[in-house]
Amino acid sequence: MQEHDTAWVRTEMALAQQAPAGVRGPIAWVRKNLVGSVGDVILTVLGIALVVMILPPIINWAFIDAVWTGPDRSVCATIAQGGTQPDGWSGACWAFVNAKFGQFMFGRYPIEERWRPILVAILFVALLVPLLIPRVPRKGLNAILLFLVLPIVAFVLLVGGMFGLPHVETQLWGGLLVTLSLAFVGIAVSLPFGIVLALGRRSKMPIVKMLCVIFIEFVRGIPLITVLFFASVMLPLFLPPGVSFDKFLRALIGFSLFAAAYMAEVVRGGLQAIPKGQYEGADSLGLGYWQKMNLIVLPQALKLVIPGIVNTFIGMLKDTSLVIIISMFDLLGVVKQNFSDPNWATPQTTKSGLIFAAFVFWLLCYGMSRYSMYTERRLDTGHKR
Amino acid sequence: MASQEVLREEPSRGSFINDPKVRGYVFQVVVVILLVAGVWWVVDNVIENLQRLHISSGFGYLKSRAGFDISVSAIPYTSDSTYGRAILVGLINTLIVAVAGIITATIIGFIVGIGRLSRNWLIRKICMVYVEIFRNIPPLLVIFFWYSGVLAVLPVVRESIGLPFGSFLNQRGFYLPRAIWGDGSWLIFVALLVGIAMAWFVARTARQRQMATGQQFPVFWTSLALIVGLPVLAYALSGFPLTFDFPKQSTFNLTGGFHIGPEFLSLYLALSCYTASFIAEIVRAGILGVSKGQSEAAGALGLRPGSILRLVVVPQAMRIVIPPLTSQYLNLTKNSSLAIAIAYPDLTATAGTVLNQTGQAVENVLIMMLVYLIISLLTSAVMNVVNARMALVER
Repeated sequence: MQEHDTAWVRTEMALAQQAPAGVRGPIAWVRKNLVGSVGDVILTVLGIALVVMILPPIINWAFIDAVWTGPDRSVCATIAQGGTQPDGWSGACWAFVNAKFGQFMFGRYPIEERWRPILVAILFVALLVPLLIPRVPRKGLNAILLFLVLPIVAFVLLVGGMFGLPHVETQLWGGLLVTLSLAFVGIAVSLPFGIVLALGRRSKMPIVKMLCVIFIEFVRGIPLITVLFFASVMLPLFLPPGVSFDKFLRALIGFSLFAAAYMAEVVRGGLQAIPKGQYEGADSLGLGYWQKMNLIVLPQALKLVIPGIVNTFIGMLKDTSLVIIISMFDLLGVVKQNFSDPNWATPQTTKSGLIFAAFVFWLLCYGMSRYSMYTERRLDTGHKR
Repeated sequence: MASQEVLREEPSRGSFINDPKVRGYVFQVVVVILLVAGVWWVVDNVIENLQRLHISSGFGYLKSRAGFDISVSAIPYTSDSTYGRAILVGLINTLIVAVAGIITATIIGFIVGIGRLSRNWLIRKICMVYVEIFRNIPPLLVIFFWYSGVLAVLPVVRESIGLPFGSFLNQRGFYLPRAIWGDGSWLIFVALLVGIAMAWFVARTARQRQMATGQQFPVFWTSLALIVGLPVLAYALSGFPLTFDFPKQSTFNLTGGFHIGPEFLSLYLALSCYTASFIAEIVRAGILGVSKGQSEAAGALGLRPGSILRLVVVPQAMRIVIPPLTSQYLNLTKNSSLAIAIAYPDLTATAGTVLNQTGQAVENVLIMMLVYLIISLLTSAVMNVVNARMALVER
């Protein structure tokens, strides 16, 4: 047996060393993400060229050369066009948006009555925000206030004609007010209606099922514009002579019917994804049809299809812009209407107005999609594979 | 023993009202009665209203003179043509913009979708910005932006931007050289058809041979040679019958050539850009949906990266991609009805004009709805066939 008298055992842990310089730090990141291979280098150069080509002119146009305030078109027009800017100038005319901001928000709603839509907006935000924050309690009461009480209050406030409020015709409504009220009513009506249609489509009663299938497939097969045409031209013919109702309401009906068909298909996807065992389990507990749906199936199904539902909401918000076709003026419609104002007509006005409208729509839609992603993560109970 | 006797007893049916079957029948009968009553009421009202407003009904008006002009028409049309022909012109215009839009949107969408999965950070971010911008803006706004924000501020006719191949771009649209097919040019088309047929045959034979013997055959290059080479050969043989009519600058306008108006351009570009952002997301989800094990297993079998993509990843990704892609194509077709906002004479616009002139709302809205419905059903039918060929064949 051999003795090791020079045995050496390390008693201290070796300190962890930093990773080699080649795999950490900004240089390594650039190496990995931008210049990994010959192809990557080419793509990066092309990408940089694209960004350099597009970004500086846009920043220049939208911020540096932009006009922010001004009384009329002269601030946004070059000398040749009858304005004060030097020839060859090109910049955003935010002064136009600034001057027309009230119209973009409320349309031709009388100025002395504008506190009413503002109050509705404040109430809406005050009810919506707590509903969106998961920690705030009393969700049920909050939802009832938002979806049942608020519409009535909003109707009284916006339309008026009672409690001493002067009547404001819906003809005068416009701008973001129309966009949001159409979208809100569309959302509030289409979700329950869509759920009923989806349940009808999966029902065992052949006639109910057939009617639901025909309605859903028919509406989904035609463009929204034809539905709006239908609502604005054909609906008056369907009613007894002498009975007519508001154009805004007609658009709302067409819009909600359209949205409900899409919602029904989204909800059906969720219903189909629930395993049969859940239905059978509910049956074996002796639950009736509505109990089974309300307590067992729908809570699971709706949770599964949150992204789809929110996508439909986003689609609806974007689709509100189509009411311009039946000469109602939502945000986009009012912006477009104001292009013909001789006080502000310059080559820059159109672009500025459209970009403003695009920004508002983008903000709303992007916010909705972000919130849906957050909810999806929060409700994810790990059932999904 | 007692319990067994209980089991053998007929289960009590309970009350008649509680039988779900009976309830179902009663409910359906009620629904049918309500529906029939509603339809009856509506039809009755419509008839009364039409009589009161002195609007004739029926489709006879389709044969009378239209009396309005249509700016863009693929088939001969004058204001003396019938209403029916006007609607047909609109339908053809809808189909043209839909097909062109679908092709472009698919190409952009696939490029951007693959770009979002690139290893290159910059490309990934650029593609993400593209998708997030266009997905969250109404398509109508994109159309207006192209129409009044971009195309309307192009230079006037006298300062047209010259582009390669003798084409011009100005406020009034895009001017391209028009091809003039001389005598004997039919030979070129025949050659093209023969080339496609032969390429298909070669591909089939090569696949069968590979299945039987394992030997490969350069199908791609052979097909390319057949499809391109044969028409070129025919072109040479028939004595170069193809000439071009180039657009020429004259004092006030460009004459000659092939003109694409700004209405079509803005609609086409907007629909392509908008739909492409959705297709990009679908493609990305499809590629991410193929599990990593698949490409790793293919690599373990010794396939090269190109073959892995072509033979393993793409066929499986297509299965996920095709159904939502179908609905995007349908959306694009339906969104083409936004043409009415910028006066591109598509189906909705021409039928809308006819509606305003004749006042026959019921018939015109019905025509619009039915035509779109038929287009939608046909598109889904075609895509379902494609989907069935792609679907997983389970044994």
